[in-house]
Amino acid sequence: MAEFSLPANSKISSAGKRYPAPAGAKNVKAFKIYRWNPDDGANPRYDTYELDIDDTGPMVLDALIKIKSEVDSTLTFRRSCREGICGSCSMNIDGTNTLACTQAICDIKGEVRITPLPHMEVVKDLVPDFKHFYAQYASIKPWLQTVTPAPSGEERVQSVEERAKLDGLYECILCACCSTSCPSYWWNSDKFLGPAILLQAYRWLADSRDEMTGERLDALEDPFRLYRCHTIMNCSNVCPKGLNPAKAIAEIKIMMVERAG
Amino acid sequence: MGAGTDLGRVRGLGAAKDGVHHWWLQRVTAVGNLVLVLWFIGSLVRLPSLDYSSVVLWLRQPVAAVPMLLLILSVFWHFRLGVQVLVEDYLHGASRVLAMLALNFYVLAGAAAAVFAVLKIALGA
Repeated sequence: MAEFSLPANSKISSAGKRYPAPAGAKNVKAFKIYRWNPDDGANPRYDTYELDIDDTGPMVLDALIKIKSEVDSTLTFRRSCREGICGSCSMNIDGTNTLACTQAICDIKGEVRITPLPHMEVVKDLVPDFKHFYAQYASIKPWLQTVTPAPSGEERVQSVEERAKLDGLYECILCACCSTSCPSYWWNSDKFLGPAILLQAYRWLADSRDEMTGERLDALEDPFRLYRCHTIMNCSNVCPKGLNPAKAIAEIKIMMVERAG
Repeated sequence: MGAGTDLGRVRGLGAAKDGVHHWWLQRVTAVGNLVLVLWFIGSLVRLPSLDYSSVVLWLRQPVAAVPMLLLILSVFWHFRLGVQVLVEDYLHGASRVLAMLALNFYVLAGAAAAVFAVLKIALGA
């Protein structure tokens, strides 16, 4: 049975701390952030940090870095590139999965509530466990596979039109915003590959240089791996890169019907 | 079976090599439902009255009974495919097997009863 209620020790307690804004702050914004530490045995809580956003960078990640540097060094989150290309700082901000580094603070009304990506195991605070997600990625063999030996001393030729078919696919940074917004992935992520991995799978199915299309489709043709997608479209709604995983999945389903005749 | 590693768990028992047929039939029966339900509503609206004798008279004609049988098959088939998806989404383990048994029995019995009712009227004296 799908689990609709949280285990007892996952419920958010009301014992959150409040860190008031510095004296003299004029433009105060509150950041209500999910906190959970595997080492203290306590239930998760929301801590609220008030910042003077006139003295903070424009993005939510700027606020998180300011909190960690100046207010509370125990706050734990992933970040790297701060420009939407590494996918490290994916989290749920104001109810939507997105990248903290490309989410402007001024676009959020009122208090900014931040939680980890939904329905993932939490390692600590805003850091979810991506082991299973990465294993799913590895399972689709995300590399060029051919039967024809590699051409000697030259590249594998691809026309401009063939290369254009990878646009909207190659840009995926595997931040998992889409997969963790998908109810089908919440209930059946043990087998369903989810929108991010299926978009990546289609990236190789659409590549004119790849010769393992049939084997790739074989590995996807499954009531759970592919067909748990019910076109809910949360994936395309949240993608911080503006990609369309739902369309990529629909293209895979078309290929399946084509080869079945 | 490789369940000791993350990749082993994801690869699991492998792909079932199944699913495209279910997906396609769900679309085929959806189109069938659309056409046949529109025909059904249109036919009822065009009847002079909806009392028992006029509906029975209408259903005795082959041009009404045959599409009616097709409607029953299409609706029950589509229902079975759709509820199967719900069961697979939300139930796991033994409860999934029991729910699928109940679903299959219900659909077969319901469709059989409906087909019998139409045939009785259409072929009755």
